[in-house]
Order: sequence, then structure tokens, then C-alpha cells
Amino acid sequence: MWPRLMLVLSLSITLANEAGAYTAYVSNEKSNTVSVIDTNKWEVVTTIKVGQRPRGIAYTKDQKYVLVAVGDDDTIQMIDTGTNQVVGTLPSGRDPELFIEDPDGKMLYVANEDDNTVTIIDIEHRKQVGDIQVGVEPEGMGISPDGKLLINTSETTNMAHFIDTSTRKVVSSVLVDARPRFAAFKQDGSELWVSSEVGGTVSIIDPVKRVVQQKIEFKIAGMRPEPIQPVGINITRDGKTGFVALGPSNHVAVIDGTTHQVVKYLLVGQRVWHMAFTPDEKYLLTTNGVSNDISVIDVTSLKVINTIQVGQLPWGVTISQH
Amino acid sequence: MIRAVFVAFFFLCAVLQPARAGEPLKVPIGYLARSETVETISLLDQPAANNGTAGAQLAIQDNNTTGSFLNQSFSLESIRFKDEVDPASALMQLADRGVSFFITDLPADALLRAADAGRNHGLIFFNAAATDDRLRQEDCRANIIHVAPSRAMLADGLGQYLIWKHWRRWLLVVGSHEPDKLYAEALRRAAGRFGAKIVQERVFEDTGGARRSDTGLVQIQSQIPLFTKSAPDYDVLVAADESQVFAPYLPYRTSEPKLVAGSAGLLPTSWDAAHDQWGAIQLQNRFGRLFSRRMTALDMQAWTAVRMIGEAAGRIQSADPRKTFDYIKGPDFALAAFKGRKLTVRDWDLQLRQPILLADGRLVVSVSPQEGFLHQYSELDTLGFDRPETKCRLK
Repeated sequence: MWPRLMLVLSLSITLANEAGAYTAYVSNEKSNTVSVIDTNKWEVVTTIKVGQRPRGIAYTKDQKYVLVAVGDDDTIQMIDTGTNQVVGTLPSGRDPELFIEDPDGKMLYVANEDDNTVTIIDIEHRKQVGDIQVGVEPEGMGISPDGKLLINTSETTNMAHFIDTSTRKVVSSVLVDARPRFAAFKQDGSELWVSSEVGGTVSIIDPVKRVVQQKIEFKIAGMRPEPIQPVGINITRDGKTGFVALGPSNHVAVIDGTTHQVVKYLLVGQRVWHMAFTPDEKYLLTTNGVSNDISVIDVTSLKVINTIQVGQLPWGVTISQH
Repeated sequence: MIRAVFVAFFFLCAVLQPARAGEPLKVPIGYLARSETVETISLLDQPAANNGTAGAQLAIQDNNTTGSFLNQSFSLESIRFKDEVDPASALMQLADRGVSFFITDLPADALLRAADAGRNHGLIFFNAAATDDRLRQEDCRANIIHVAPSRAMLADGLGQYLIWKHWRRWLLVVGSHEPDKLYAEALRRAAGRFGAKIVQERVFEDTGGARRSDTGLVQIQSQIPLFTKSAPDYDVLVAADESQVFAPYLPYRTSEPKLVAGSAGLLPTSWDAAHDQWGAIQLQNRFGRLFSRRMTALDMQAWTAVRMIGEAAGRIQSADPRKTFDYIKGPDFALAAFKGRKLTVRDWDLQLRQPILLADGRLVVSVSPQEGFLHQYSELDTLGFDRPETKCRLK
């Protein structure tokens, strides 16, 4: 017992010494690979072959695995973060795209685009334990910080469905603009942000009243509204700054978390969809599908400081917590 | 007092419940189609008996999934009638049963008869099939929304791509039927707008006879080269043959080794069975599971029309025809239909703005509007008749 604890302690000291050295995993939808990036060097250190059409990707809470939804294989693969090998699968149901873990790291909620369902998986036992009927083409998944409310967005129904995780029932459905893609809570649970790709807006929803309080609209100088298509949303832990990936407009919008006004537009690679912070929130990585690269945004200076080539059509990204 | 508290509690429950209790809002939608035997050159182009209605049925199902959260229920009532039947009488059969929204798969004249008959009854029409430009121009109506793209939009979508490829010299071959001539007119207009040159026009006369016959191939293999011989040098043979008399015979049989576009080869269309971008694969999968066949352009146009009604009814929480129609025409309406951008309605002629797919029969080659065709309002308005050119006076 004691030696093991000592080992853990010394390990964390070593990691702390290499400040900012995290690992990022990027799913490449077209290549059927996952690129592994060292955030100290900003380099791809290895590339992992995975199943067909990898999209949604996330670390498990215990950091042992990176889960990647391989939609055309109708499963979620588990990559062992120690060996970078695919070591198992989770029974996700048909065509999984995005998923989210509950705060305890026990349950995984998966959007099955083809089935109008959200599948619930017990991660430890790798078993399906239920499913929930939602609207047409479920996609975005969010969970409240206390784990009590699960959010699913359905792309053709154009709703954010509020699901009570204890009863596994839809308790409210809030209409948002066309083709909602992503849902993210503020860390204090006070706001839910939902992006509408075709509608071109982000709805700020009050999770208690379950109504849209405000809509963020985007205007980029010299650009027609059509390519401005919000998808990924990442909000800093203090809730003060939000980032919204604007798809084929090749920009990320920086939002003031309090006023919900756009502060700045950052030019990144082509067709930017999903993003992830490093745990210290110094950097934000964006996946740029058409230019096959990752942009690195310095969160303090709000500048793009690096670009990393990955596989074809990078889709999602997840970063280790230590 | 107790009663007031009870009432307040009741209201609270009503607000919090996901699907409001009580009778759902019922939205019946009519589907009017003229039953015709369509002759096609390729067996693959033979339409299924439920061509169009299948798309509408899938959209009803999609609307009902959404409706389950809003306490709305959609249904489809479809009538397919023969040529000699007056469309107005078929229409009234459904109107008497409380139907106010009609999806139509009708030729231009029949559509106009139906729309004019329905006008005083407040009936609203969604043209899912007729591509005639006159329906968006001098013969436009204030109670018809055009979901099908017009010939001008199709021709412009194709024209932009050919220009983008620098294939500017076109040999235009036109069939001898009226729709062929109208399509040719749209292609000429596209050539003029985007700077293509029609090096020559030829007419392919329909001399009658069966579309298919045993050993017919032997004749065709010698006829088509003869027909396309001695043309001035050109880049693409553009065919206007909506009647399907000759165009599918052109590829690989022209006198010179040339590309074919228009009614064969590269086809401009609102939908293709191979289209899988922007989440379209999900719609294709849903359709395939339900009907065990591929989704056609007419299916998609009918799907889109029914979804427009569902989208509006969901947003305004009403199935009142006037309100629904006003919402669809208004600035807040937007439909996601797997084409990479929102579809909205042009207020000057009630045409649905939409990208045009260019398909080669196996894959979608490109999607117009093409890069560089700019517009001050929406690039989609580079396709078809724009506001300054409109002859439509909505009434």
C-alpha cells in the first residue's frame, strides 16, 4: 500500500515538473485513425488505427482509456492510454456519434443518430443498461455538473431534451434554432449553451426555467452568414469566457461569459468543429476538418500560436487531465 | 383560497410536463398526385408506385417524433387521380375533411387549377414536383410555395459548375417536346448569365416508338454518332430532354469523345440516392429502412414540404393555415435539409432557396452555388430568378 502511494506521489511530482505536458487524442474521421499529440512539443507522437469513421472522442474520468465512437462499426472503442492500443469495446448501439460520461465516471450516455435514442452504458461492466427515446437524429450530449440532468440535442427535431438521469425520462424539451449540434453547461450549472449549426446561433438556456434566455448571433466582416455554422462549445471553468467553433467560416468566436457578446473572432484552420482545453486552460485545441490540422489557441492572449497536421478530416479532440 | 392554490398547482404541472396532457394538435396534410405512366430509357429510372408519397410519409414520421414532445400529431392523406379528373374535385374531397395544407405532384396547369380553386377556402399548396419557371414568374400564386427547384435554378446550378471547370463551349441538344424546350430556355439563360457559349443547337426529334426494344442497342450505337457528327468544337454536350427520348443514349456514344451534362451524364438535381454529406446519410438510412428502396428527388421534395409544415407548426404551436403560412414566408423560418445550409423562402415568388446537387449517377460530383458566384444577399440567389428579375406579382 505505502510503496504504491509513494510511487503515485513521485509520479505526480515528475509530471508536475514537466509543466504543460499533456496528451491530446484527435479522431480523424476519414483516415480511421486517432492522432496522439504531445502538448509540450505540439507534435504528433503516434497514430493509432481504429474502426470505421471515428468521431466522438473522450478520456474516461479515471484517465485509463480514451473512448472513440466508430460510427460505421456501430461501437465505441476503448484505447488503453498506457499502451495506446485498442483493448476493448462498449456496446453503444447503432451509429454512435457523440457521448458523455457522468461526473462519477460510471455511466456513459451515447447519442445514436440513426435510432432516435440515447443509449446508457455501464462503463465498468461494459453493458447497456437502458435507452431513452429522444427526437430525430440525436447528436449533442451535455450533463449538468451535479450529474442530475442529461442534455441531448436532436438535429432534425431542433430541440434540447432535458433528461432526468435518475428516472431516465425526458422531463423538458426546449426548441432551439435549426440543427442543434452541441450542448455545454457552465461549470456552476447556471447556464446551458446549445449551438445550432444551420440556424447559425448559440442559445443560452436557463436550466432551471428551461427557456432560452438569449441567443448569440455571429457576424464576421466580409463573410456571408451561410458559412457561419456554430458547432463545438467550450467554456472556461470560471464561466468568464466561452469559445464557439464556427465550422466552414474557419473562425472560433470568443464570447464574454457574462454579457454573451462576441469579443473576438480567431482565424483557425478550415471547417472547425470541436475543441478541448488543456487542464490548465492555457490552451484550446481545435479540429479543422478540411485543412486536416489542429489549431492551438493561447487562451490568455487569444492568439493562434501553432498548427499541427493530423490525419484526414479531424473531428473530435480530448486532452488528458494530468 | 384552497381552490386558487389547486388551480395554480395545476397550471404549474401543465407547464412542467414534457408533453402537455390532452388532445394533441392534429395537423392533417394532403398529397395530390396525378397518376401517370412515366416512360424512361433506363430501367433504373422507373419510378416506384410510392415515388414522392414515401418521402412525405417519412417526414410525417419525423414530424411526429418531434410532435411527441410538443403534443402535435401529423397525418398524411393522399389522393392519386387520373388525367381526366379535375384536380379541384380531388382537392375538395380532402378539404372537406379538414385538410388545409397540400403537397402536390402535379403538372403546372393542374397545380394552378387546384390552387385557384382552393384560394377562397384558404388552402395552402406546396409544389413538390413542377419545375416550370412560369409558376415562379408570370403565373405565380400567393398560395403556392415552390419546394421543387425551378428549371432556371437547375440550369444555373449546372452552368456555374461548367464555368468553374472552364468548360465554356456547349453543344446544346434539345428534344422536341414542350418541357424539353423549356429546359433548353433555362440552359440558354444560364449560358448567357455565366458566360458560356452555345456553339450550336440541335433538335432531336421524337419520332415515336418504344423506349426499349430488343436489339435496339445496335441501332443506337450507329444513330448517336451520326447525330452528333460535324459539330463546331465544343467542351460539353448539354442535353435538354426531360421527356427521356434520347439523352441517356448520349454518354459514350457521341461522335467525338465528349462529356455530357443536363438530362444525362452530369445531372443537376435537388437530391440524389448517393448524397451523404451534411448528415444526409441519416435521412438516407431512415428512408431505406422504411421503404427498401433509394430516395429520389421527388421523395426529397415531398419530405422537405412536409417538414416545412412541421417546423412551422412546432415553432408557433399552431396549425392555423394562415399563421403557419406567414411563418414559413417570414424571416424567422429556416429548415435544415442536409444541404449544408439553411433553406428559406424567397419572398418575391415563394420559391424555396436551396443548393443544387450535381450527380453523375454514382456520386454527387459537386454542389452549387460554386465558389466565386457572389451575391449581396445570399449566394443561393445566384440560382434562378432573383428579385430584380422577377415578373411575379403575388396575388
